[in-house]
Amino acid sequence: MSEADATGGFGGAARGDASLSGNPALVGQEAVRLEGVHKSFGVLEILRGIDLSVAPHEVICLIGASGSGKSTLLRCVNLLEPVNRGRILLWGQDVTAPGVDENAVRRHIGIVFQSFNLFPHMTVLRNITLGPIRVLGVPRDQAEEAGRALLVRFGLSDKRDDYPDRLSGGQQQRVAIVRALAMRPGIMLLDEVTSALDPELVSEVLGVIRELADAGMTMLIATHEMGFARDIADRVCFLDEGVILEQGPPRQVFTAPVNSRTQQFLRRIVDAGRL
Amino acid sequence: MPVRGSRGGTYLDQQTLVAAGAPAPGSFEGNGRGSHLLGGQRAAAVSTVSTVVFIGGVIALFVFAPGAAAVRHTFFNPQQMKQAFLGDPSKGLYSVGKGLILNIEMFLIAEVLILFFALVIAVLRQLRNPVLFPFRMLAVVYTDVFRGVPLIIVIYGIGFGAPALYIRGVSTQSDFVYGIVALVLSYSAYVAEVYRAGINSVHQSQVAAARSLGLSQWKSLRFVVLPQAVRTVIPPLLNDFISLQKDTALVSTLGAVIEANRAAQIDSSTLFVYSSYTVAALLFLCLTIPLARFTDRLIARDVSRRMAGGATVR
Ligand SMILES: Nc1ncnc2c1ncn2[C@@H]1O[C@H](COP(=O)(O)OP(=O)(O)OP(=O)(O)O)[C@@H](O)[C@H]1O
Ligand SMILES: [Mg+2]
Repeated sequence: MSEADATGGFGGAARGDASLSGNPALVGQEAVRLEGVHKSFGVLEILRGIDLSVAPHEVICLIGASGSGKSTLLRCVNLLEPVNRGRILLWGQDVTAPGVDENAVRRHIGIVFQSFNLFPHMTVLRNITLGPIRVLGVPRDQAEEAGRALLVRFGLSDKRDDYPDRLSGGQQQRVAIVRALAMRPGIMLLDEVTSALDPELVSEVLGVIRELADAGMTMLIATHEMGFARDIADRVCFLDEGVILEQGPPRQVFTAPVNSRTQQFLRRIVDAGRL
Repeated sequence: MPVRGSRGGTYLDQQTLVAAGAPAPGSFEGNGRGSHLLGGQRAAAVSTVSTVVFIGGVIALFVFAPGAAAVRHTFFNPQQMKQAFLGDPSKGLYSVGKGLILNIEMFLIAEVLILFFALVIAVLRQLRNPVLFPFRMLAVVYTDVFRGVPLIIVIYGIGFGAPALYIRGVSTQSDFVYGIVALVLSYSAYVAEVYRAGINSVHQSQVAAARSLGLSQWKSLRFVVLPQAVRTVIPPLLNDFISLQKDTALVSTLGAVIEANRAAQIDSSTLFVYSSYTVAALLFLCLTIPLARFTDRLIARDVSRRMAGGATVR
């Protein structure tokens, strides 16, 4: 693997073709690459050798039983959890190498959590401008203008000055997505962003994600929404006990799974009426 | 304490009725509203009677106790109380009122310094930067020591220790300054722990959200954790300040001891007018009670807000 060139690394060169991401995805280069990633919590080994590569503009859905390590995988990519073994490369740069500025890396990765985690003491607009102002050093008026534009785009402009606890779950989660987008990330990690929502609020959030996919955002999505995964994913990865047991285009994985554990998992999903 | 709410009322209701030989509790379930209303009135009556009896008892104790007359004479002498309040320079008596103003000044200055130093200490203990390790250790030792040592000893230690050192600029300060230093040293240790509890009460997911935006540890603390932490700890902080307000009085022991050394040439009986303590106590209550009520209101507001916001995931 060749090193990314100086400006293509974490210098933040803008890319013209996708209006939402402002980051260095060099043509033909992998956006994310995991090589033999291991992660343990104490004696508990959660990830046992994950190999995965994500191409620019690719949408990958991680599926698997609860506890299989989906969230842990996403948190490792974002360096919220240090890996025990293996490497993670972003646009060709090893971000697990010693001496890497983790804050600089995180700037280019947007992550959205299951429980939204909006800042309750800030208005919606403040929530989404905090990163641009304090991390990227964007002047406040510019950041607010960009923030307002994003809120308009995602149908949240009337919530701009509200505090998060005034918003519905679906609105909160959309704000959380916009907060991540405001940093103009090169890749988005979504961790079960709909599972804390009432069923009738799920579709508005999924709609936003669909829009991101259409705009060419590179995404790694952990989800229990199998129908959604089948629709949106370029590739589905089935995670089981810390390894990727099976991966491929959704049609293949969902209709003709090869691995018996994948078959078992999907059968349970179908029986539960969720596919 | 008046008994409030329907449950309290019903409970009291049963107690009193049973005591009066009324039928077993189960039998007045059918009474419904009526019994509740009756319970409310009865509770009010009972609490009034008990209050009157209690206060009457205290007054009786005060009037009929063997030493009552002597106590009244020393602690509640109207003439001396007036004198203590106004002061009498010709007799070398300080005005308690003026002393109190000095205390308030001390309290206000100390409070600002405490809020600042305690925050620095709490933040130092939170940051995981290895460069800061010695400071972190220092902060731990400091809070351990000063929470363990009684305030009065700190006051004596600074008030008599600093002058004894004969260091320029340090040893020549007034009791006012030494007093503030002692209060700040002692209280910052407590208040730092209050801050720390507040910081720890902010959920880890908030930190994760802040860090994932690329905010450094310090910026996450500064913009996300501390604003939330400070909001939660305002009521307990006010509580500590009520206690600080009255503890400023301890600083006057520095003055008292110095005065006592000089007492040889002054008639000591004029120096110790006990009624002045009563005046001081009353004046302190005038300050601390409003602060206490204010704290109660803040806590109540906080509780109701939490109830209202409780349904949302944070
Ligand atoms: N900080 C931690 N300390 C210890 N164990 C942890 C920690 N975080 C996660 N785990 C454990 O790691 C395992 C995998 O967790 P993870 O959250 O990655 O699973 P998941 O696939 O996202 O599950 P779900 O579908 O329920 O979200 C679980 O058994 C969990 O208990
Ligand atoms: Mg998870």
